[in-house]
Amino acid sequence: MTRPASPATALGLAGLTLLALLVQTSVLGTLGGLGPHGVVPDLVLVVVVGVGLVRGARDGLVTGFAAGLLVDLAPPADHVAGRWALALMAAGHLAGRLDVPGRIGPLVAGAAGAACGFVAVTVVALTGLVLGDDAWSVGDLLPVVLLVTLLDGLAAAVLVPAAGRASRAWRRRRDRGGEPARALAGVRP
Amino acid sequence: MRRGWGLPPGEGERPAPSRALVLALALACASLMVLDRAVGGEDGRGLDPLRSAVGSVVGPAQSGVADVVRPVTGLSGWFEDQQRLRDQVATLQAENSDLRSQVRTRGYDLQRLAEFEGLTSTAARLALDLVPARVVAVGPSQTFSATVTIDAGSRAGVRPDMTVLNDDGLVGRVLRTTPQTATVLLIIDPDAVVGARIAPSMDLGFVRGSGSFADDARLELELVDTTVVPHRADPVVTWGDDTGAGPFVPGVPIGEVTAVYSSLRETTQRAELRPFVDFGSLDLVGVVVPAGTPSDRGLVSADGSIG
Repeated sequence: MTRPASPATALGLAGLTLLALLVQTSVLGTLGGLGPHGVVPDLVLVVVVGVGLVRGARDGLVTGFAAGLLVDLAPPADHVAGRWALALMAAGHLAGRLDVPGRIGPLVAGAAGAACGFVAVTVVALTGLVLGDDAWSVGDLLPVVLLVTLLDGLAAAVLVPAAGRASRAWRRRRDRGGEPARALAGVRP
Repeated sequence: MRRGWGLPPGEGERPAPSRALVLALALACASLMVLDRAVGGEDGRGLDPLRSAVGSVVGPAQSGVADVVRPVTGLSGWFEDQQRLRDQVATLQAENSDLRSQVRTRGYDLQRLAEFEGLTSTAARLALDLVPARVVAVGPSQTFSATVTIDAGSRAGVRPDMTVLNDDGLVGRVLRTTPQTATVLLIIDPDAVVGARIAPSMDLGFVRGSGSFADDARLELELVDTTVVPHRADPVVTWGDDTGAGPFVPGVPIGEVTAVYSSLRETTQRAELRPFVDFGSLDLVGVVVPAGTPSDRGLVSADGSIG
């Protein structure tokens, strides 16, 4: 097998996940969201899907579990913990199983985001029904599931290729020893 | 080389997880659910210690992010500078105290009831204070619950089960607190049940939410006395413990009756309520605390003074 992600990569992914959660709850959430139930695109899911697409099913699975645990425990969550961990774990694993040759374009990222978003929110809804955690009727669940699928697809279509471009640009600069990278490394021109 | 997100050639492999890893993590999820669901009684969940640990890190970060983006997003959808925000705080606080005095003189007549109940309870009720707080995070609705984080916690004197309101009416109740933040269950959550009273007739009932944040969202009122038929536009207020310790203080407006259904099968009267609070644009709220609660910020007193 291959070596696991380096500590720096793991730390970076943890930071990215936390940032996604904060933007999701404190920026998008407070703006009101879409539809009668106030649905917002699930940015934590987009991070997990991106990791799965780029780094494969194992890293997608582990990242999904950790990110889901954060969503389960961070305020203002009040559902039974473990539901989002299971959902994002499944989403990350699924994204990793999609074997896409070449660079990830908006179409592929969007389709992966929508598929994984659908799987994740369905897992959350079903575990809620099984555990008797939510008092929502199935009629209320369905429009939310559909809207989440759409929004997650759109968010992934925009954000995953953009993150890929940013990462490639940063790597090129670093390899060439460009200005920002040298500044980061503390080298004076 | 496959593709890379900052991955040098040769590192772009995409390993699949071993079965043991998948199984271990899936079992971990299941045991988390069991721990959270089965352990712990009515007062809390099994994983509440973990929740408050994560909350004391993420909560202040949410406050910070909300503070940074508030001037840009306006939180309620419009741009405001610092001075106008301060003015709005003052106006809302004044409206809050106005509202409290209105509630006393209208419908559910707090003053008259106070005469009945004697001086002790009057003193207790009139001596309630408000902790001002802002909504800093809203739970995603794909989690299927209606909860928000506010930027006042146990250091501000907020405790679980306290009543949360704004200048329009009842917002919800506090579920749990960290030192700097608190999680509030909104009354629009289908799990939230509020003891309610139709103001003109004093009839008792229970209000449940529908999970919808929209302007046309409706709450459901179920009456205890099946022979009572509420009228349209009747205001509905809370009933509860008037010391401020229980889940809801009495006399806080919830909404007004918009439609009435009678169910022959269930032999109950059900009414639809339009909530007074606009849950789509929640921002400034107040938490009802007993008078003299030690707090890290100025409390709004029942007479409208701040101190």
